[in-house]
Amino acid sequence: MASNAAIELVNITKTFGSTVANKDVCLTVNKGEILSILGENGSGKTTLMNMISGIYYPDSGQIFIDGKEAVISGPKDAFAYKIGMIHQHFKLVDVFSAAENIVLGLEDEKGFDMKNYVGRIKEISDQYGFDIDPNKKIYEMSVSEKQTVEIIKVLFRGADILILDEPTAVLTPQETQKLFAILRRMRDAGKAIIIITHKLHEVLSLSDRVSVLRKGEYVGTVKTSEANEAILTEMMVGKKIALNIHRDEPSNEEVRLSVEGISCINREGVSVLNDISFSVNSGEILGIAGIAGSGQRELLESIAGLQKINHGKIIYNNPKTGEVENLRDKTPRQIRDMGVRLSFVPEDRLGMGLVGNMDIVDNMMLRSYRKGHSVFVRRKEPQNLADEIIKRLGVVTPDSHTPVRRLSGGNVQKVLVGREISSSPTVLMAAYPVRGLDINSSYTIYNLLNEQKSKGVAVIFVGEDLDVLLELCDRIMVLSGGAVSDIVDARTATKEQIGLLMTKSREVSHDNK
Amino acid sequence: MTTNNNIHIHEPIIQVSKRDDMIWYKSWIVRAIAIILAMIVCGIVTVLLTGLDPISVYVSMFEGNFGTERRLWAMLKELALLLCVSLAVTPAFKMKFWNIGAEGQTLAGALACSACMILLSNIVPSYLLIPIMLVASVAAGLIWAIVPAYFKAKFNTNETLFTLMMNYIAMQLVSFCIVFWENPKNSNTVGVINPDSMLGWLPSIGGQKYAMCVIVVALLTVIMYIYLRYSKQGYEISVVGESQNTARYVGINVKKVIIRTMAISGALCGLAGFLIVSGVDHSITTASAGGMGFTAIMVSWLAKFNPVVMVLTSFLIVFLECGAGQIATAFDLNQSVADILTGIILFAIIGSEFFINYKIKFHKKNKEA
Repeated sequence: MASNAAIELVNITKTFGSTVANKDVCLTVNKGEILSILGENGSGKTTLMNMISGIYYPDSGQIFIDGKEAVISGPKDAFAYKIGMIHQHFKLVDVFSAAENIVLGLEDEKGFDMKNYVGRIKEISDQYGFDIDPNKKIYEMSVSEKQTVEIIKVLFRGADILILDEPTAVLTPQETQKLFAILRRMRDAGKAIIIITHKLHEVLSLSDRVSVLRKGEYVGTVKTSEANEAILTEMMVGKKIALNIHRDEPSNEEVRLSVEGISCINREGVSVLNDISFSVNSGEILGIAGIAGSGQRELLESIAGLQKINHGKIIYNNPKTGEVENLRDKTPRQIRDMGVRLSFVPEDRLGMGLVGNMDIVDNMMLRSYRKGHSVFVRRKEPQNLADEIIKRLGVVTPDSHTPVRRLSGGNVQKVLVGREISSSPTVLMAAYPVRGLDINSSYTIYNLLNEQKSKGVAVIFVGEDLDVLLELCDRIMVLSGGAVSDIVDARTATKEQIGLLMTKSREVSHDNK
Repeated sequence: MTTNNNIHIHEPIIQVSKRDDMIWYKSWIVRAIAIILAMIVCGIVTVLLTGLDPISVYVSMFEGNFGTERRLWAMLKELALLLCVSLAVTPAFKMKFWNIGAEGQTLAGALACSACMILLSNIVPSYLLIPIMLVASVAAGLIWAIVPAYFKAKFNTNETLFTLMMNYIAMQLVSFCIVFWENPKNSNTVGVINPDSMLGWLPSIGGQKYAMCVIVVALLTVIMYIYLRYSKQGYEISVVGESQNTARYVGINVKKVIIRTMAISGALCGLAGFLIVSGVDHSITTASAGGMGFTAIMVSWLAKFNPVVMVLTSFLIVFLECGAGQIATAFDLNQSVADILTGIILFAIIGSEFFINYKIKFHKKNKEA
């Protein structure tokens, strides 16, 4: 065994019920190296990392650390082996300061010496180039600062092996560059770094080697210098795939929905939407870009009648009757009763768009069960609709009576999108519709959105991958801190431009609070 | 573990993981095994505690339920009442509304029922008395349920505490009324109401005084099954119970559903109170509901809110209770011994659900080394 290996996995297998999450996975990470683990959702990346960090225990296989066999049966063992994991969802106490969070749970025999700790935190920050104030409270921090705290927390405990789970998902391009610079510095200091991602260009720009997983199985490892996007995609998906999204010129455009100066203050009294105005035309896809939590959800929910707004108007131009209607202060049911055909694919698919424990047929009824005067529900039409969607969108399911929570993420989304477009909407809003989907499913969704666009539907697409937004949409509205930074033409805009807009008016919105 | 295993570092010996859905007959085999195991443990416990022959104890348990026609009808009566309260709490629990107040709602129904019997017997014509009692009981149960539901819907108060507290109010109200209605004087009990005229008593059918109760509850079971499964309102209850966000998203008025569902739940509890007073006890005490409001929650959950399966789960509980009572009298035992046996059997049955939902794996590596 090479003495340089920080951690080596041999034939790791893990199953959950009848699903095989990892099968005979072998991996080696060297000291002073950044290894990317690439794979589609559901390929077993996170399960694998959870076994290294002690959250799961493998069914079979061995883990070697520094050449010696290790048994990691809990997060404490992982710490003892100097393994630190930075999760996708931060685990921080909001009302504590950065330093307090970093030392939280530390068992120090010498007693608790905050001053000493702060000193060490500063040392670590200087060494790797973190820019952080140890006394700042978490709730005052941006997402990227919180992530920094998580990383320092792990380093503070002396981790030599760092695992980052999708670290860039919540960052702007600029913040991502900053993070990568830090990771490179840590690599140069001899740390072994594993980063889980499905973004190809990040893999190529950051890592030294890439290991690819597909459906729980280890496909292979390549040197980044010898790889390109096409090779990696093929390894990931198992076949060649054309990576461009089709985009037609919008046709027959007329303003379908216009939002005029809406503002919204949420239950905690924080202003989440700030004087937002825009319009969306029939036959176009309007993209919405922004850091997670910049008001995307509230904006869509306001339009759908789920979020009360404090100011402004939401004007709908009915193409059938030519009537102009204000949707403000209407409930979802009133909006439907007004004849507004508004479909909404919410971000939280199983928590809002669908009912996880119900089967596909019952989920089809969610929108339509009220039809008719009978006291009883009719399951005939929903049954037909379910069968049709399963067939047309290629939903992989044992039958239409399977609870949707049992389906994989891509199939859940097909069921939801399928239902939403089945009511032939005039406005279709989709929030992060491809999050967590594999490449094939993602393209199915893009095609469906394009199909709606060509039918003259006004499509609003909230996305997180800027490359996709730039390829798919006609115009992109960038949100920052609950306000519109700008609306740009997706055919001419660049990623850097949008990245800057994503953070533009943050300071302004802070002043308003 | 032996000493030469020291080289091995700690390894989890037992691993618990969620399993896929078991095929239905397998899960019933697991349940059957659980009951058999429980019977064996009960047998051992019986021998150790009392020195009695366990087989004869089981036989007498069976006899306690089916031994004579009278016992059979007594068991059916208990079954009907428990099932009625269980059906009542089911819509609420299916909606994830933690209605711990079925006891109070039933008692409120019973109180309203006996109030009508005592105060109106000589005023209204006899053919009107029972309908009035019925309406009053249902209304009382409904009010007892709708108050916490309203506050939950309007102010998001904690329904568990609220419904629980309503139980005590119902109980105190009954104590209060007993002071006025006590018969004979200073007995501090109400005694049998209208013992001679039998006004307000549910009529017997074919000489069986409990037959009416059984029929009403049997009908109710079918209606509840259809309501939850095939009606639009039943569908709304499921959606609200699974996810209020989804319910709002599709335009269901969540507040309305909460209040409406609790109204149904309370009304049926009131009906149970009516059956207790008019059909069975012809009297009222603070213990008229007899803890059924709480047992019903277990019945409902064990049946996973399926009214038809609830017939089985409530039968199980009633069988154990009646059997335990018979053991206690037949062998001149303390009631507690019978309760211990009931406890063991229930524990095994509820515990078996764990093995149906989870898989347990033992790591044998260490032992082989």
